[in-house]
Amino acid sequence: MPDNSALAIRLRDIVKSFGPVQANRGAELEVAHGEIHALVGENGAGKSTLMRVLAGMYSPDSGTMEVDGRDVTGWSTADAIAAGVGMVHQHFMLVPTLTVAENVMLGSELTRGPVLDRAAAEEAVRKLSAETGLAVPPAARVADLTVGQAQRVEILKTLYRGAKILILDEPTAVLSPPEVRELWQVCRSIRDAGGTIVLITHKLDEVIDVSETITVMRAGKTVARMATAGTTPQAIARAMVGRDVALALDAEYMGTPLLPELGAVSALLEVRDLVVHGANGQPVVKSATFSIAPGEILGIAGVEGNGQTELVEAIAGLRPYTGSIALASRDLATLNVRARGDAGLSHIPEDRHERALILDYTVAENLILGQQHRFTRGAALDTPRMLDHARELITRYDIRPDNPSLAARALSGGNQQKIVVAREMARDFKVLLAAQPTRGVDVGAIEFIHARLREARDQGKAVLLVSADLAEVLALADRVAVMYGGRIVALLPRSGATPDTLGPYMTGAERAA
Amino acid sequence: MILLAFLAQTLRIAIPYLLAAAGGVISERSGLIALTLEGYMLGGAFTAVWASYYSGSPWAGVAAAVAGGAVLALIYAVSAIRFRADQVVAGIAINLFAIGLTRYLLRLFFDSSSNSPRVAGFTVQGSGTGFGALLVNPLVWLGILVIPATAWLLYRTPFGLRVRAVGEHPTAAASVGVPVARVRYLAVLLSGMLAGLGGAYLALDQHQFTDGMTAGRGFIALAATIFGRWDPVRAGLACLLFAAAETLQIQLQGSQALPSQFVEMIPYVLTIVALAGVVGRAVAPAALGKTAIE
Repeated sequence: MPDNSALAIRLRDIVKSFGPVQANRGAELEVAHGEIHALVGENGAGKSTLMRVLAGMYSPDSGTMEVDGRDVTGWSTADAIAAGVGMVHQHFMLVPTLTVAENVMLGSELTRGPVLDRAAAEEAVRKLSAETGLAVPPAARVADLTVGQAQRVEILKTLYRGAKILILDEPTAVLSPPEVRELWQVCRSIRDAGGTIVLITHKLDEVIDVSETITVMRAGKTVARMATAGTTPQAIARAMVGRDVALALDAEYMGTPLLPELGAVSALLEVRDLVVHGANGQPVVKSATFSIAPGEILGIAGVEGNGQTELVEAIAGLRPYTGSIALASRDLATLNVRARGDAGLSHIPEDRHERALILDYTVAENLILGQQHRFTRGAALDTPRMLDHARELITRYDIRPDNPSLAARALSGGNQQKIVVAREMARDFKVLLAAQPTRGVDVGAIEFIHARLREARDQGKAVLLVSADLAEVLALADRVAVMYGGRIVALLPRSGATPDTLGPYMTGAERAA
Repeated sequence: MILLAFLAQTLRIAIPYLLAAAGGVISERSGLIALTLEGYMLGGAFTAVWASYYSGSPWAGVAAAVAGGAVLALIYAVSAIRFRADQVVAGIAINLFAIGLTRYLLRLFFDSSSNSPRVAGFTVQGSGTGFGALLVNPLVWLGILVIPATAWLLYRTPFGLRVRAVGEHPTAAASVGVPVARVRYLAVLLSGMLAGLGGAYLALDQHQFTDGMTAGRGFIALAATIFGRWDPVRAGLACLLFAAAETLQIQLQGSQALPSQFVEMIPYVLTIVALAGVVGRAVAPAALGKTAIE
């Protein structure tokens, strides 16, 4: 343990509640100057809350905070920024209608007399870009940037404010492999220049890759602190969950795909020449053709925003399309969302808040969304049957807390996702669309959801898995397709797919199919 | 000459719209629905007449109108920002409150249920409706200048940047230390002052306060705000368009070609057509109306 004066951050016994939910209950964090420190833990373990406390967004109910040896308990965001603490949030804190330069200077505006000095702000962005290698167009509107660029803006924003302690909350969730490598380079150069970085992440390989020290949180408390050198992903996962976890990324795990002979069995899902147009009238899915056999998981890899969302939503019946989509040889063209569901289509949408859940509805209500017509008595909802249904799924899918009358909002992200998975997999289905099924979900829940997806495959269902996490696609899929620029640019058997073979397709450097 | 008279009449009608719509743009860009413009205008109209009656100076009336609009805006801001009341409900309440309060004060101070005594204005009564008479009125100049001034404030100053940020993504603004509530209070107060000035123009132009004299002008200003897609210059043009339609209606009133009921509909039909044509494409500030759930 380094002596206290050398610590950049020292949080002791932090307690923070939101109504009845205790997000932090005695959390501790000690980070030395000039290190990359990984903060890991399951969803709902309280990592983001703790870091928001550190960044001054929340005031702790009790506990003490020190930065650079100074007591800063309960400071404001403005204080934190002034002291050089900057946070890059998981959901970007950028105003989409403003330009890059405006976002960067917001709150610490550059002026010439009473007027904003745009030119100086853009110059400052250019200078920071040159220093860090984080290239962004300073005069572009943030809404027009890619997610990767938007994240660069977030980092530049904190550096512009003179951040010496940088908090990154799940920074790689939205990045492609080359962008992730670039990010680590930037992190290392910030550290080498004397900066301190706290990295919140779920991805244990990242922790091993870039961090020097690890703090593990579970259920609002700090449960372990270790040096990265000499630990293993398994040890970290055990500390996070409190038990052993089968890591999908384990080298020894290869699964037991049935891999039916294509053509021998008729496909459950058949998509031909599918074209989907985006909001601006341009095609965003350009003539996609593929099929999925019973007992097969087709994984779609690719950087987000290459048409995956529109592909899945077209199949689900949420977007108009041309071309044909058939489920068990039945054309879906004339069927609406509910009829598609009745025909045997289940859909785990990629954005659980936007599409999958109504956060102010109860768990029981969310568990019948889209199937409410099956839970009626006369004109009214059959509440007792709804609750029975909910209790059964809560037990079977281990949704916590186990209270069907709680609003979905009150659950952690991982448990919200379990609601969606439970609802879509408990119904009678033939084809499952699973879009980013484990996004923002902790390792315990990932393991569980992966097991359910394999189970569906083993029961002879067809699964379309779309994931921005290449490791997830490789862990689950029997065949791997890559989408780039709205096209399926590669379609490979699992055995031929590795990060190295897929990388060039994901970045558009190569195309095969 | 007819054209010149038409333009002068249009400008005269547009002034209160321009002042109120400038306030509407600022308020809505900060995330606060400006349903209250009507109430601010009515309050401003009354306080303008009250102050200029007792002081004899229209300038005192202008100052009082700014204060009157600001007081109503403060009530709205406190209920919507501090107490997170639903903005539509609070806005309707403010408008009803302004109607009732001015009616009560009219009775209290001037012992009338319909109108106040005559007061001094900036123009001499009967000096005509041409440009000459119009341009001696300082409030007309204010109404013309308020649009570029608002554009300057919103797009060129740090305060404007913050207003646009808190109306679009308040948590992002808060995360970089922008005091979201304070920015919104200032924006709403400013909108109250500007709409109050619009009310002062109306009352001083007619040299008296009459019960309910704003007659929906605040709502037309709100429509102009939305039709102008929350941009000061486009909102200003929308105000001129609505004013031109009203002028047309007034000039057609004497003619026998059209039934007068249809003529009277022109400004309102135009408003509906304009809004229906644009609202589908217009993107409101993302946090507009959402102070209740942050």
